[in-house]
Amino acid sequence: MSQENKDQQIRIYVDGEAVSVAAGANVIDAVASVGKEIPHYCYHPKLSVPGNCRMCLIEMGTPGRDRATGEPILNEDGSPQIMWVPKPVIACATKVSPDMHVRTESEVIQSCREGVMEFLLVNHPLDCPICDQAGECRLQEFATDYGRGYSRFVEGKNVKPKRTRLGPRVMLDDERCILCSRCIRFCEEIAEDPVLGFIDRGSYSTLTTFPGKELANNYSLNTVDICPVGALTSTDFRFRMRVWFLKETPSIDAESSVGCNTLVGSREGVIYRITPRRNDAVNDTWMPDSGRVLYKAVDADNRLVSPSIEGRPVSAEAALAEAARVLLGGKVAIVGSGRSSVEEQFLLRKIRDVLGADVPTWLVGRPAEGDGKLLSADRNPNVRGALLTGLVGHYPEPVLESLAGAIASGEVDTILTVGEELTEAGLEASLLGKVRMIFMGTHHGPSSQNAVVEVPLPTVFEKAGTFVNQQFRVQRFAAAVPGPDGILPGLKALADLLAQLSGEAVESHIEAIWEEMAGAVPEFEGLRFGAIPETGQLVDGGRFAGLPFVEGPGLHFEPMNAIKEAR
Amino acid sequence: MISTPKRTAVHPLERRIILKHADDPTYDASIACYERHGGYAELRKAIGELTPEAICQEVMDSQVRGRGGAGFPAGMKWKFLDRKSGKPIYLICNADESEPGTFKDRQIIHKDPHQLIEGMMISAFAVQARQAFIYIREEMPHGAQILESAIEEARARGFVGENILGSGYSCDLVVHRGAAAYICGEETGLIESLEGKRAYPRIKPPYFPAALGLYMCPTVVNNVETLCNVKHIVAMGGKAYAEIGRPGNTGTRIWCLSGMVRNPGYYELENGRHTYGDLIHKMGGGLLEGRYLQAVIPGGSSAKVWRAGERFTGKLKNGEAFDWGIEDVPLDFDGPMAAGSMSGSGAVIVIDNTVDIVEVLANINAFYAHESCGQCTPCREGSLWMKKITTRMANGGARKEDADLLASIGDQIAGRTICAHGEACAWPTQSFVAKFRDKFEAKAEADPEALRTRAFRMV
Repeated sequence: MSQENKDQQIRIYVDGEAVSVAAGANVIDAVASVGKEIPHYCYHPKLSVPGNCRMCLIEMGTPGRDRATGEPILNEDGSPQIMWVPKPVIACATKVSPDMHVRTESEVIQSCREGVMEFLLVNHPLDCPICDQAGECRLQEFATDYGRGYSRFVEGKNVKPKRTRLGPRVMLDDERCILCSRCIRFCEEIAEDPVLGFIDRGSYSTLTTFPGKELANNYSLNTVDICPVGALTSTDFRFRMRVWFLKETPSIDAESSVGCNTLVGSREGVIYRITPRRNDAVNDTWMPDSGRVLYKAVDADNRLVSPSIEGRPVSAEAALAEAARVLLGGKVAIVGSGRSSVEEQFLLRKIRDVLGADVPTWLVGRPAEGDGKLLSADRNPNVRGALLTGLVGHYPEPVLESLAGAIASGEVDTILTVGEELTEAGLEASLLGKVRMIFMGTHHGPSSQNAVVEVPLPTVFEKAGTFVNQQFRVQRFAAAVPGPDGILPGLKALADLLAQLSGEAVESHIEAIWEEMAGAVPEFEGLRFGAIPETGQLVDGGRFAGLPFVEGPGLHFEPMNAIKEAR
Repeated sequence: MISTPKRTAVHPLERRIILKHADDPTYDASIACYERHGGYAELRKAIGELTPEAICQEVMDSQVRGRGGAGFPAGMKWKFLDRKSGKPIYLICNADESEPGTFKDRQIIHKDPHQLIEGMMISAFAVQARQAFIYIREEMPHGAQILESAIEEARARGFVGENILGSGYSCDLVVHRGAAAYICGEETGLIESLEGKRAYPRIKPPYFPAALGLYMCPTVVNNVETLCNVKHIVAMGGKAYAEIGRPGNTGTRIWCLSGMVRNPGYYELENGRHTYGDLIHKMGGGLLEGRYLQAVIPGGSSAKVWRAGERFTGKLKNGEAFDWGIEDVPLDFDGPMAAGSMSGSGAVIVIDNTVDIVEVLANINAFYAHESCGQCTPCREGSLWMKKITTRMANGGARKEDADLLASIGDQIAGRTICAHGEACAWPTQSFVAKFRDKFEAKAEADPEALRTRAFRMV
């Protein structure tokens, strides 16, 4: 199906009502696009269509045509006669066609759904009270919506393994499995690591890994996400929290420049899990396993929670005043971070402008091997933000050799580092002992040991902001949890430092900063934080076409095309 | 090794075409014997004198219907092949004969393998396949060995392989042993299995073998007996072949008679010339002493059952009214269909009055539950559930409401599955309960203790 056709709309009739849907779509998606749900288990929009759950059965008919003449056959009232397919068909494997008729609520279809629901439940353990999926389980939902409401099953249920370790992060309960094969297809088609399969036959079919293999690839937890029931569970999240208590906050996976869209599940200020959020232009419905554990940094033992001067806890105001004093009196270098948000980078650039446009500024590069999927070769989520905001003009390097040289030669005696641990950027701790360090960051580290001033900053989960991903797509994230006491919220720490340095009042509200950025950064012209779509906003990266970006091809990403498309 | 003894006598009412030589004590499976009896003359004729199109037309004219179970016209099946795609075309012989009660293909494979090979090579030439397969049931190891050595003989004589009979046409033929599952006989399941995967039947649409078959290429899958018929269609001409039997039910069929009759066995009969009564009483020698007929399963264990004494009335396709008892139903494709069942794979199972009908169904249900591939929900869960219920009933746990429950489960399966195994597992239950409701309800009245404590228990 060509792109052109997909954009075309055609008319079909859903339960007698004429609606306009995308040509080439299957009936599940087409009917969903007009606000009606056809229940399904095995079908997943990003995987192949196996048609095995039989939950999406519908009645389908097309206008009849005379075989000999090709003329439409009409009823007595002149309306086209609909030739109904005698048996119900599966909506997932049926493509829409012009003037097709679909019945999704007829008696036959109700009985089909009742039947499938009953069959799925006869050997199901019904252990919802101890099942992690409870609350977001399609089996529960459809049993309520389409099931019979009582059981006719008096036989013994099949017994299968309840705790099979498929891999380091995924646990299988075979009794709950409804054999939809989503996980198998995911491993074959998306993760390209076919390790799952069924053994045995009929109702005794059992999901398992191939001999000697385990489900250990970095995408294994996506199988847990797409499992429509509680068969596959995450060893990290299992038994920790009821999903209906979780508040889900849209966020961005900060582990690489892909910028997978995510949902952060939290309750009462504690994060329990991270799951992918669908964005068909970035990550479809997937994300790497490695991005799901980043929340553990929030309450890590070395979390920086209180402002200090020379190691003594002080108020934030005092710390920032001292920082400003030190900075104004020194030969300053700035180290910014590709992990900071666009807004933080913009504020840091303004701080630099106050200290002097010639203040040398570095960004720490994080090149690594990309996996060709959703983990790119640039493990900074937001290098492009630093470029766009003008914080740096060059492509970042992983080792700051020139900074080391400047310290050694005495050209630099004061460093402001925002969000970076300098020993990880190739600077020896002994060398750092020679400078006065203003450390603004999220975690203690060797370079904060000797810092003159330490100012804690919120992590990506504790603030709202934006990242610009490898496609030059500006993507929003929201604050999921408030963060530890003592940390100034959002952008306040940087805004207050800027105010201290400049002697002028600085607005720390994100919308106010965007208003200013929209004027200062040509690519952001007309953009407002609140107006960035949920799926992100592409901006022109043409100014940076010559830079040596390290990303290779990945899902929805071709390096050669990225800048062209963004334009 | 499973032996296939020669039948000592051919019944005078039989008309043997496919099994013409099979039971001749002097006839063997060697190519020399086959050629002595005129073998491979039709392949020479087909390749030497006929075009592929002409052979397809002959098969179309013959009106020959598939002998595997569905009875679909073979000529139409060939016509549906997607020849425009430019992809290679494959021919597959379905020798996964697994329907309980069926043992006809085995006779051909064991006793006259070259007839199948010749039929296949003619068919392969007709559809212009360059590679053909015989997918043989795993439980027929001896048959596979016979076929393999027969193919080697045929290859040495230039009937199989490169440049067949010097014509420039090449087609290889290989034997592939199945995966020991009933579902491997479902044509798309067979194709998956042949590709090396689990025999999960494919969804249709879009995966019709004629367009997206083996390796996503156009593929013909025909039954052993059907392919053998192609040889005879070429020999006598499609129109002449169509004279045998009756319109729409042409040629002969090998019927497999089993159950409680005196002379069970295979009988090749001209279609439509005989009745089920003839088969059971004349060829089969009637029921055992002192027994009387209780039921007949007319076309393999998945076919809907008939109860003795039933009358079938209605109108045939040609408008003729009929009023049949079981014994009057014509032995062909349309006869059993008119009587609400099917001729299926030609397996007629006779059940007399000594048999517990609930146990029969429990036995059939155990088979279909065991053979359900487990891919789609209704068949996977429904077949095992029905088995559990009928087993419980047979063992003394029957309840009054079980008959209704069984019927309802059957209704929730048939017509809602990926492949015909849904019907195969639902039809027995639906028909047994509909026709023998009294026996099912009587089970609930029976002394449970007697059933529970007897030596024989259904499992």
